[in-house]
Amino acid sequence: MIRPESLLCPKPQGLYCAPGDFFIDPVVPVTRAVITHGHADHARAGHGTVIATRETLAIMAERYGEDFAGSTQALAYGEPIVRDGVEVSLVPAGHVLGSAQAVVRWKGLTMVVSGDYKRRRDPTCPAFEPVSCDVFISEATFGLPVFRHPDDGQEIARLLRSVAQFPERSHIVGAYALGKAQRVIRLLREAGWDQPIHVHGALERLNQLYEAHGIELGRLEPATSTTRQDFAGAIVIAPPSALADRWSRRFPDPVAAFASGWMQVRARARQRGIELPLVISDHADWDELTATVDEIRPGELWITHGREEALARWAELHGIKARALALVGYDDEAED
Amino acid sequence: MRAFAELLDRLSLTASRNAKLTLVRDYLAGAPDPDRGWALAALTGDLSFTAAKPAFIRKAVEERMDPTLFRWSYDYVGDLAETVALVWPSRPGANREPELSEVVDALRGASRTEVQRLIEGWLDALETTGRWALLKLMTGGLRVGVSSRLAKQALADMGGVEVAEVEEVWHALHPPYEDLFAWLEGRSDRPCANSPGRFRPVMLAQAIDEAVDFAKLDPADYAAEWKWDGVRVQAVNEGGVRRLYTRNGDDISRTFPDVLEALEFDGAIDGELLVMRDGELASFADLQQRLNRKSVDAKLLMNFPAGIRAYDLLSEAGEDTRVLPFAERRKRLEAFVGTLKTSRIDLSPIQAFESWAQLAELRSAPSPGDPQVAEGLMLKRWSSIYEAGRPKGPWFKWKRDPFLIDAVLMYAQRGHGKRSSFYSDYTFGVWTEGEDGARALTPVGKAYFGFTDEELKQIDKFVRDNTIDRYGPVRAVRADLHHGLVFEVAFEGLQRSTRHKSGVAMRFPRISRIRWDKPAGEADELRSLERMLEQMEGR
Repeated sequence: MIRPESLLCPKPQGLYCAPGDFFIDPVVPVTRAVITHGHADHARAGHGTVIATRETLAIMAERYGEDFAGSTQALAYGEPIVRDGVEVSLVPAGHVLGSAQAVVRWKGLTMVVSGDYKRRRDPTCPAFEPVSCDVFISEATFGLPVFRHPDDGQEIARLLRSVAQFPERSHIVGAYALGKAQRVIRLLREAGWDQPIHVHGALERLNQLYEAHGIELGRLEPATSTTRQDFAGAIVIAPPSALADRWSRRFPDPVAAFASGWMQVRARARQRGIELPLVISDHADWDELTATVDEIRPGELWITHGREEALARWAELHGIKARALALVGYDDEAED
Repeated sequence: MRAFAELLDRLSLTASRNAKLTLVRDYLAGAPDPDRGWALAALTGDLSFTAAKPAFIRKAVEERMDPTLFRWSYDYVGDLAETVALVWPSRPGANREPELSEVVDALRGASRTEVQRLIEGWLDALETTGRWALLKLMTGGLRVGVSSRLAKQALADMGGVEVAEVEEVWHALHPPYEDLFAWLEGRSDRPCANSPGRFRPVMLAQAIDEAVDFAKLDPADYAAEWKWDGVRVQAVNEGGVRRLYTRNGDDISRTFPDVLEALEFDGAIDGELLVMRDGELASFADLQQRLNRKSVDAKLLMNFPAGIRAYDLLSEAGEDTRVLPFAERRKRLEAFVGTLKTSRIDLSPIQAFESWAQLAELRSAPSPGDPQVAEGLMLKRWSSIYEAGRPKGPWFKWKRDPFLIDAVLMYAQRGHGKRSSFYSDYTFGVWTEGEDGARALTPVGKAYFGFTDEELKQIDKFVRDNTIDRYGPVRAVRADLHHGLVFEVAFEGLQRSTRHKSGVAMRFPRISRIRWDKPAGEADELRSLERMLEQMEGR
């Protein structure tokens, strides 16, 4: 049996596949890169060749310009490519639009790199598909038993209750520009909120990109309009940093909300001055992480980033060999 | 339980008083009896349990999960109740979620071992926020920033009545307050307020506007007395029921057993709670040693003896005197206090004056002794009845001019709610001489009001343009001899403090003027504050 390290091994640049000569989500420019999804800490500009889903390539082009890489190769979900005997395919990860797990096969050995993923339903991307494998390489952003994300419908209902309770105020929901913002908008539509949703300028291009991929966001209006009073009772979606920014002064006595898995912990909400924390995450919570490992039952579990030690301990307690890779450069604080 | 839990959750992260009022009012209007009554009691501190000790909760959770994973979780979150609420492995369908009233009923009748079994069953059935609320309630640590005053205001808003009406009946009622809600919802008459030892809503004074009011007022219509710098209290003994209340109706009897013992009368008086030694007043700092304590020992009682300086009589031998004019009440009060055999209750003397000019002189140069520590003067119309609330006209307060210093802005912190995008909380300092002889700033206080919205924008810009360091929501602002922003800071008094590096603490500091024109190097020295302090102490 081949050692898994000879197929994929951690390097400072990222996970490296020697027999196929490519990196997965490298943090610096490399010759060949397989990119799992479009968040900035996983998808960087300047690689020679980028292999990713069509959606992820479109997101990268939108963020970095059309010339973000020397060349690109789009893979449909499940469509394999083979080079030097190494087969690579991309399988839905359920994280954001275009997000994928990278399945790498070589000489009878299967290794799956999860990228960032979640298990619950997301109206903006296809659901995570478990792939049976020898080594499952998982993220662990929320790898502590305190992270148990509630049903997202319940969180949206809390937001709408607050909007009804404070009709004279506006609600600004901090949400990351890629994925979270569009998911929150879709969830609001599903919950029956049919009024225009006001959006910060930094979200506009990615919103259009999502719409071009068939995800209907309903009527969106720029949050730059005329008089202050216009925003009473309004829902505004903005990047999290905008909440503390001078930009937010145009709104009447705003309720600061933040859609993030970190909002599970009260001190985090308090630190950022959040009045209405919404626990809506694009990452797997503790129960999803452990259920996924349990379902896949890999020969070995490798953990890329996040709170590796707790998930590793859980795996060991359940008879699965685990190893923390401690990859650097993946910023679990910024995204989600 | 779910609605109560959501209320606590929102309150714990809400800073604005208005938003809190809305949250509490809506909860009380929407929740059923008797849940809302118990919730109200929990919010106002009239209901708390110590049924679950932290050690028990820890043990219970460690039986259900790997202790190491629990420890890591606790280290990460830092709060036991919150950690347990998050990590508790829920068993949906294990039980029905309990209502708040079920929890209260069960805890009242259960033995200690039964209680522990019950709590575990409830934790199994509840979701995260519910578990958190339950654990906070069980461990007696709600701390969501709801004063009893705010709760009463929310009740008044809910029922469309004046808050004084709620206060009038409050102390005759008991959780879960079903008669109170029935009245507020128009289903019954106002509950009877006649319970012995109850609180009566207090009468408050308007600040006088020197430029406008004096021209319209006749000095002969008004009595003047010093505005004592203590805590406004209402002391009651009716049929042997003795109570000491703050002006908001909070019962502080237990904190002041020495005062309570002195209430050898039948009636209710309005006055100032102060530390008094041989009939002479001590400073507010001394009184602070006695405030907010759960238990008091003999040493504290001896070193900081408390008493009441009486200024009004609200009831005597079952007669409601509030309907009498102040002149009449004052005569009755003098006779009333005259019969008391204690030295802990004395009279606030009336200050004679002929004209407003004469009174102004008295205010600016108080006579030696107690008046030196007064905050200013009170004016009361001789003909006024005792009216709850803050009516315009009968009572005025005329505060002493504040102390002023020039200080330099050192740190700024982002505000909350409306001000969350503004650096609106300022730490300011004055100059001291370091060991090396160089002048350096030392922080002496914090202020977050006293400026207009327009000025706030300008200060915010200054902070952003002159940031030299950041710590979370706080920015350090450039402040040296040649560059910095000077505030004229107004404050009511000074006291020594071991908690502040500078050794002094200010009372009610606020920004009185922004000195854009003044070079930072010309701001005040710590020495000038120390001199002020010596003057106050040496009175």
